[in-house]
Amino acid sequence: MEPASPPPKADVGSPGPALELRGIDKRFGSVHANRAVSLSVARGSIHGLIGENGAGKSTLMNVVYGFHRADAGEIRVNGRLVEISRPRDSIEAGIGMVHQHFMLVDRFTVLENVVLGAEGGRRLGRGLNEAREGLERLGREYGLEVPLDAETGHLPVGMQQRVEILKALHHRADILILDEPTAVLTPAEADQLFRMLALLRDQGKTVILVTHKLREIMAITDRVTVMRQGAVVHETATRDTSPPALAEQMVGRSVLLRVEKGPARPGGVLLDVRDLEVRDRLGVARVKGVSLTLRAGEIVGVAGVSGNGQSELVEAISGITEPSGGSILLGGQEISRGDVGPRERRSRGIAHVPEDRLKMGVVGSFAAEDNVILGYQGRPQFNRGALMSRRAIRADCEAKMASYDVRPQNPGLRITAFSGGNQQKLVLAREIDCNPAVLIVGQPTRGVDIGAIEFIHRRLIALRDAGKAVLVISVELDEIMGLSDRILVMAGGEIVGEIPGAGATEEAIGLLMAGVKGEPRP
Amino acid sequence: MRAVSRLPRWAEFGLLPLVNLCAALVISGAVIRLVGESPWAAFKLMAAGAFGSQDSVGYTLFYATDFVFTGLAVSVAYHAGLFNIGGEGQAYIGGLGVGLVGLAFGSGSPWVVVPLGIAAGCAFGAAWAFVPAWLQARRGSHIVITTIMANFIASALMTYLLVNVLIKPGQQSPETREFGPGAAMPAVHQVLARLGIKFAASPFNLASLLALVACLLVWVFLWRTRWGYALRVVGQNPRAAVYAGISPERTILVAMILSGGLAGCLGVNELMGSEHRILLDFPGGAGFVGIAVALMGRNHPVGILAASLLFGALYQGGSQLSFDMPHVNRDMVILIQGLVILFCGALENVFRAPLAALLAAAKGRSRA
Repeated sequence: MEPASPPPKADVGSPGPALELRGIDKRFGSVHANRAVSLSVARGSIHGLIGENGAGKSTLMNVVYGFHRADAGEIRVNGRLVEISRPRDSIEAGIGMVHQHFMLVDRFTVLENVVLGAEGGRRLGRGLNEAREGLERLGREYGLEVPLDAETGHLPVGMQQRVEILKALHHRADILILDEPTAVLTPAEADQLFRMLALLRDQGKTVILVTHKLREIMAITDRVTVMRQGAVVHETATRDTSPPALAEQMVGRSVLLRVEKGPARPGGVLLDVRDLEVRDRLGVARVKGVSLTLRAGEIVGVAGVSGNGQSELVEAISGITEPSGGSILLGGQEISRGDVGPRERRSRGIAHVPEDRLKMGVVGSFAAEDNVILGYQGRPQFNRGALMSRRAIRADCEAKMASYDVRPQNPGLRITAFSGGNQQKLVLAREIDCNPAVLIVGQPTRGVDIGAIEFIHRRLIALRDAGKAVLVISVELDEIMGLSDRILVMAGGEIVGEIPGAGATEEAIGLLMAGVKGEPRP
Repeated sequence: MRAVSRLPRWAEFGLLPLVNLCAALVISGAVIRLVGESPWAAFKLMAAGAFGSQDSVGYTLFYATDFVFTGLAVSVAYHAGLFNIGGEGQAYIGGLGVGLVGLAFGSGSPWVVVPLGIAAGCAFGAAWAFVPAWLQARRGSHIVITTIMANFIASALMTYLLVNVLIKPGQQSPETREFGPGAAMPAVHQVLARLGIKFAASPFNLASLLALVACLLVWVFLWRTRWGYALRVVGQNPRAAVYAGISPERTILVAMILSGGLAGCLGVNELMGSEHRILLDFPGGAGFVGIAVALMGRNHPVGILAASLLFGALYQGGSQLSFDMPHVNRDMVILIQGLVILFCGALENVFRAPLAALLAAAKGRSRA
C-alpha cells in the first residue's frame, strides 16, 4: 500500500480541528467504558487527555485507533467523516499511535520495524532503500536520529520509543497518539521526548498525550481534557488551570497531592542487606553488590528507572529468588541461605506487596476473600483441622474491607472486578494486618486512582510511625520524594547514591538515575 | 485484544453446554440424513438405547462410571495447570494393580479384597502418573508430551505382561484367568435383588458409588482444604504461588499423583465390577473421553457427573444405534461422539459471545 496514497494533507493553519469525536459510546458487557464522549483536537496542538485508571482514556484512544469499534458516535479527521474499524483504517486516515507497551519486533532492525506494515511492494529491498532515505530525512527534520541497522531489542527504551514515533511518521501520521509515554523513561529522557513533541507540533503535527501525570500535562500540553467514569468532565486551555484543579476534576473531590508526615524516629537496624548479588536465568548479574540497611520506624525509598535491578532486589529479599552472593540479615539472622522461602520469611516478619499486582500479588480468577489469604492460607485462624473455615475467611475479608475502605464490600466478588486501587488496598491489608516487622512495597500506587493513593500513602506512614521498617520501590519520583525518609537511587543493578528524603530534588535524583554518580555513599 | 464475554452462572454451566450439544446434534443429524437415514429416528433409537430399559440404563451408568473417574483425573491435574493426557495409560496400569490383587487374593473376603484392590488401583495409577510429574517438576519435560508417551509405554508393557507373563496357561487370547469370587465388586442388580427389588442384569456395579464418593472428595479437597487451595493457586498463577510460598514443583507432584490415582480407579469398575480378569486394552479410550468430560463439565465434579452421564448415554445409545440402523455403522457413532467433543470442548466458546449479547439485549429490554 504505502507511499501511493498520502492522507488528505491538511493545509497547516487552516481552522477546524484535526480530530473530532462526536458522541463516542462504548460498552464492554455491563461496563460503560465511554459515555457519549465528544472531543475536539485542534490541528498543530498538543492535547492532553487525563483521567484516573478506568476513566476510559485508553478505550477512547483504542476506538480512534481501530482496536475497538464504538457502539455509537462518529470520528472526523480534518473535518471528513471516517469509518475506523481496524488499525489499518486509522493509519490510512493519518493517525499514528505509540502504545505504552511497544509494538516492536525485538529481533528486527530499526529499519525493518519501521517498514513493517508499509513494505512498499513485494520486493523488500527497494522498499527498504526508499524507507532508509525517508527515515534519514525525518530524523534530521525532527531530531529523531536512530541507528537504523541496530537490532531493536538491544536499544534502550527511550530509543525504542523513538522508533515507534518514527514508524508512525513514516506511515504518514499527522495525528500522533501517545499512551503514557513517560512510564518507562528517566526524567531526562522524558524532557527529550517533550522537546521532540514540541518540535512536531511546530511542524504542524497534532499530538494527543494520554497520561495520568499532572506534571506532564502542565509542562507540555496546549489544551487538556479530563475524563472521569467514561465521560468528559472538563476541558480547558492548559494555561487556565492548575494541578490541584485538574486533580479535583479527575477524582470528583478535592485531594491532597502532597503526603503529610511528621519526622521519622529511626530505631535499630531490622534489615541488613550486604553485597547482595542476584543473577537471572542466563547468569547475567541484575543486582551487583547492593548493600542497604533498613531501620525500625523509617521509610526508605528506592528510586530508579524500571528494569535497573529493583525487582530482582525485592524478590531476593522476599525469598522468591535465591541470591548468588551476599547476605540478607533480618534482626541479625541470616535468611538468604538454606530453606528460608517466602512462607518462612513471612512468618519471621517480612511482608511483601509485589510491584505487579496481577502477575504476582493476586490470583485474578479468585474471589477477593480467597486472595486475602494468599500466602497465609495455612494459618490456624483460617483452618479447622484439615478443612478451611470459609466463615473465618469471609469474616477476615470483611474486616479488612471495612478498615481499608474497600468498595464494593463484597468478599465473594472476583478480585479483578475491583478497581486497581481497591485491589491494592486488599493486598496491602493482607500484608500489613499480619503485623510484619519489615514491609517491602513495590510500586505502591501503580494503576491506583488518586483517591486511593492518598489512603495508601497514609497507611504506609502510619506503619512507619508504629515502629516498622518500610522499603518502597517506585518509579514515580513524586511518590519516592513524598514518602521516603531516605532515598536510594538504583541504576544498572547498583545503588548509585543516597539522598536524605527531606529536601531531595527531582534534579538530584534524576541525575543519579541517569547514571551520573553522586557523592559516595557514607 | 478480545475480551472474553462473561455469562451468568446458570448460562455458563447450563445454557452454554446445552447450546453446544444441540449444535453437535444438528450437524450429526445432517450427516445421518446424508447417509440416507432419518436423523429423528436415529436420535430416538439412541435415546431408547441409552435409557429405554433397565439394562440399557445399567450399561449407560456403567460407562458413565468410567468417565467420572477419568474426568476427575483430568480435572484435578487441570486445576493445577497441567494437561494430563495420560489418563488412558494411568487407568491401564491402575487396572494392573487391581488385577494383581484380584489374582492373588481372589479367594479372600470381599470386605478385605475389594478395598485392597481399590488401593492397589490408585497406587499403580498414581505411580504411573508420578513419572511424568517428576520429569516436569524437576527436569522441565512438558507433561503433555510425557503423558502421551507414557500411554504407549503402558500399552506396550501391558501387552507384554498379558502375552508373556499373566496369560492363563493353555489358551490363545492374551487374558488372565478369572479372579476369585472375593475380588468381585457386587453388581447393582445383585444388591437390589437381595433387597427384594428386581432389576435387569448389567455390569452396573458398586464402583459407581465409589465414583460418587470420589466426586465429593475431589470437591472438598479442591475447594475446602488449604492443599487444594494451593493447587489451584499454582494452576491459576504460578508466580503468585511462588510469591505465596507455595512450591509449584511439589504441587505438580501432588496433583499428578491424585490424578493418576483417580484414573487408576477405572480398573475397579471395569475389572472387579465387570470383566473379572485382566484383558487387553480394557480402558478402551475412556482415558481420552475423560478429557472431553472434564472440559464439558467445566472441571467441576457436578459438571463432570453430568457430562459423564451424557457420554455414557452416547456410548451405550450409539452401540444400539449401529446395531439397529444398517447405514449407521460404528464409525458414524464415533463421528457423533467426536462432534460432541468438538463442540463442547474445542469449540466451547463459539456461542459464548452471541449468547452474552443475546442475554444482555434481553436484560435491557426487560429493564426498559
